[in-house]
Amino acid sequence: MLMQELVDLLKCQVILGAEFMAGQEVTACFAADLMSDVLAFSRPGSLLITGLASIQSAHTADVADLAGILFVDGKTPAEPVIALVRTQRIPLLTTELSMPDVCSRLQANGLEPGGRP
Amino acid sequence: MNENRWSTGEPRVPWEGAEILYSEIYQIVGDDFEHGGEAAAKIKAILKQFGLDNTVIRRLSIANFEAEMNVIMYAREAEMQLQVLPTAVRVILSDRGEGIPDIAQALQEGYSTATPQMRQRGFGAGLGLPNIKRNTDEFEIISTPGVGTTLRYTIHLQS
Repeated sequence: MLMQELVDLLKCQVILGAEFMAGQEVTACFAADLMSDVLAFSRPGSLLITGLASIQSAHTADVADLAGILFVDGKTPAEPVIALVRTQRIPLLTTELSMPDVCSRLQANGLEPGGRP
Repeated sequence: MNENRWSTGEPRVPWEGAEILYSEIYQIVGDDFEHGGEAAAKIKAILKQFGLDNTVIRRLSIANFEAEMNVIMYAREAEMQLQVLPTAVRVILSDRGEGIPDIAQALQEGYSTATPQMRQRGFGAGLGLPNIKRNTDEFEIISTPGVGTTLRYTIHLQS
């Protein structure tokens, strides 16, 4: 699925990284609020879907080589988080939808889970 | 003083006297959640400059981030030393803190003494030490209750 298709499907607001999204394909996603789960089980290149808007979500995306971050429930991270993600050159998105809603819509549209569980 | 030790993996390079291509020490301060992850990020940037395999960099970065968050959650302060060797990358993390009374218990996935504040940061679910073990080839824990803990972990480089 193209990142732009995902943005449209989930009615996302693009906080950062619109310039990286042209033609960018999202091959998998990993949804969790527990960053240790993301570190343990996500595949590189997955889109992180989370309700955790602390600086640790941005560091997790960095060390785990994730393709972008999507915050659910309308969460918008504080400026230090945005500044850190800006240096990582990955898209930062937010949607009003809940995590289960996001996951079910992505699965219905054929996006793979990016690891276990 | 009761020192607890635990280790896994086949030691390939001695901890003393090995050839070290690059070494740097990073300071970590306990309870400093706002900066939790910076040491791991700095080390990742260094490893990229060495042109190491992406999988090696990812594995060590994950181990470093978990180890760094453990210090922030449970210790007063620590030094995290990166060593790049010709055949391996490794980290020595020495903290001053309460130590680990029962290492075997702490290594069980899901065992945790975390507070709600720690869990609000996405950590503290009892996966830290298991995640370090999962991502390294050698891993050693030396802990003295009431004094502190030293973690030493290594990833071997393929020739």
